[in-house]
Amino acid sequence: MSTGIYRAFAPVRSLFRRRDYRPDLASQWQLMWWKFRRHKLAILGMALLGGLLIMALFAETISPYPPGQRDPAYVAGPPMAPRFIDETGAFHLRPFVYGTTAVRDMNTLRLVHQIDTSKKWKLQFLVEGAPYRLLGLVPTNIRLFGIEHNMIHLFGTDFTGLDLFSRSVHAARASLGVALVGVTVSFVLGSAIGGVAGYFGGGIDNFVMRLIEFIRSIPTLPLWLALAALMPRHWGPLATYLAITVILALLGWTWLARTVRSKLLATRHEDFVLAARLSGCSDARIIRRHLLPSFLSYLIVDASIAFPEILLAETSLSFLGLGLREPVESWGVLLFAAQNIRAIDQAPWLMIPGVFVIVAVLAFNFVGDGLRDAADPYSKS
Amino acid sequence: MISFLSRRLAYMVVTLLLVSVVSFAIIQSAPGDYAEIVAAKRAATGTVITQADIEQVRVELGLDQPWHQQYWRWFSRAVQGDFGYSWAWRRPVGEVIAERMPLTLAIAFSTLFFMYAVSIPIGIYSAVRRYSFGDHLASLIGYLGLAIPNFLLALVLMYLGQQYLDQSVGGLFSPEYFNAPWSWGRVKDLLAHLVIPVLVLGLAGTAYLIRSMRAAMLDELDKMYVLAARASGLSPMQLLIRYPVRMALNPIAATLGWRLTYVISGAPIVGFVLALPDTGPLFLDALLNQDMYLAGALIFLYCLLTIIGTFVSDLLLVLLDPRIRLE
Repeated sequence: MSTGIYRAFAPVRSLFRRRDYRPDLASQWQLMWWKFRRHKLAILGMALLGGLLIMALFAETISPYPPGQRDPAYVAGPPMAPRFIDETGAFHLRPFVYGTTAVRDMNTLRLVHQIDTSKKWKLQFLVEGAPYRLLGLVPTNIRLFGIEHNMIHLFGTDFTGLDLFSRSVHAARASLGVALVGVTVSFVLGSAIGGVAGYFGGGIDNFVMRLIEFIRSIPTLPLWLALAALMPRHWGPLATYLAITVILALLGWTWLARTVRSKLLATRHEDFVLAARLSGCSDARIIRRHLLPSFLSYLIVDASIAFPEILLAETSLSFLGLGLREPVESWGVLLFAAQNIRAIDQAPWLMIPGVFVIVAVLAFNFVGDGLRDAADPYSKS
Repeated sequence: MISFLSRRLAYMVVTLLLVSVVSFAIIQSAPGDYAEIVAAKRAATGTVITQADIEQVRVELGLDQPWHQQYWRWFSRAVQGDFGYSWAWRRPVGEVIAERMPLTLAIAFSTLFFMYAVSIPIGIYSAVRRYSFGDHLASLIGYLGLAIPNFLLALVLMYLGQQYLDQSVGGLFSPEYFNAPWSWGRVKDLLAHLVIPVLVLGLAGTAYLIRSMRAAMLDELDKMYVLAARASGLSPMQLLIRYPVRMALNPIAATLGWRLTYVISGAPIVGFVLALPDTGPLFLDALLNQDMYLAGALIFLYCLLTIIGTFVSDLLLVLLDPRIRLE
């Protein structure tokens, strides 16, 4: 058991082992890492993904308020930009935001929040706020930043006075979570179905390939929408959440299945497989220990491409009100508020959660490109 | 050639049957059935409805039969253009769709045209002037195009149009032309309103096509025949168009069907955001109201379009690349 775990982490260990640049001695994973490292955009993508992951894990610490806390004095208020230089041109080491006063616009009769330069609210760091559990375990009330006596809204507030920054930070959990579970499910489905097709070949293979072609030739988004619309309305948030991920995964497995199948077909008759068979390995062991590791890198590439697709699909479904729903928060759920032109006209900052989606998808595409180049470390160039 | 065509045609028919089964399954899986809806409608007019009456309606509509008979009933009528009755619109589904389908088709095909018209020249340019400023700019736009969800792009363009161009962007006509008779100004107004849907729907596909065109061109440009042609004194432009571009177009043409699938797939959500009077909002409303005959019919038609698209791209490929026929 312990050696199994030890072995499972071998690729990771080989990354961090300090060794001189000796391509002739390096492991496959080390070669891949060296190649990946040269792809600057991929490294940038990794950094962005790391940032998003930290955001999701430490959402309570990073956000100044719990996502459900309303600010009745600042409803539909625009973003407050932290500043270092005030209206007289003087520099402040501690950033501040200007306070606002609500004024009624005499033309539209709406409350408009005007910047009041006489009020300077200084940003405080590591302040005490609403209590929470760090990583769900450690009870604490330290939050990364905040201001005294008033509330700060970096991204503004929505029509009910909820802080958009806190909500966006918390939404990373559901958005990345759905995509992660969706990719995992399609990974399992894809490798199982593709594995069966590639290993048994013949009629089963033919059937699976036709099925994949069929699924590819139908427009997926309308089908996703239809399946999502058929979900009973009385299901709780968790059941909806799970159902949505399964729906997304159901149509996303085809790329992986195809890769697994073609790689299995290609490597099935290699010499090392014959050698393993002659030394008495079972089929299961051959697949697990010899075949799968030989094309695992390609599967990782496919997964990294499937990830943004599922993320975008979830965002689209939730944006239309057919995916996740309140009280679950994902970026798509937040964008639901920006559905019509009137809302955007009054509060364009409601579109900010979309920026997170774009950043996440870009980061995954960058990493995917880098992985694709690194997947075959023995190729030239 | 004929055997190839007949094989593809047979495959198309099988796919169509499968698609119709999927559409029918979606219609069937909605909670409650049509008989209850009919009963509810009659009850709303003040008539007293008993359980026996509902059973009566069920028998009348054939809902008591096993599902394969019901499927056949639906399918044989669907082929003749009768897709059932939309209770939300209180009209036959076929009529409702027929009003809005032309616009969906117009948008889908102009988007397709836009995608190819823009991406092929840019792809060629990017490959020939590799790592130039223009190449980097194209790949930057490409990355962004793949990352921005198209509904968000639609929202942003709508907002910018409203804010800075002072133009109403949603819908198909500006208010002053809404009920006006056809005139030159109205046509121009219509075209101006079509620009944003086409741009929004086409951006991701264009980005993808630029990348594959560039990659295909780079593969071809390194080959010996290009060198040979250059050595024999062909002008650079002539050479480019006559040999490598023609070769590089094959994989692009082969994916025409997938591109169409992609455009059709994105169309409902863009139509909804931009409030276009096409099938997009119709489809989403049908889903939200569980008006399943309408939704099922639309899914069936969307799939039909993409199946035809795939067939056309297969044909194109055979015409472009004679080697395919040898298979």
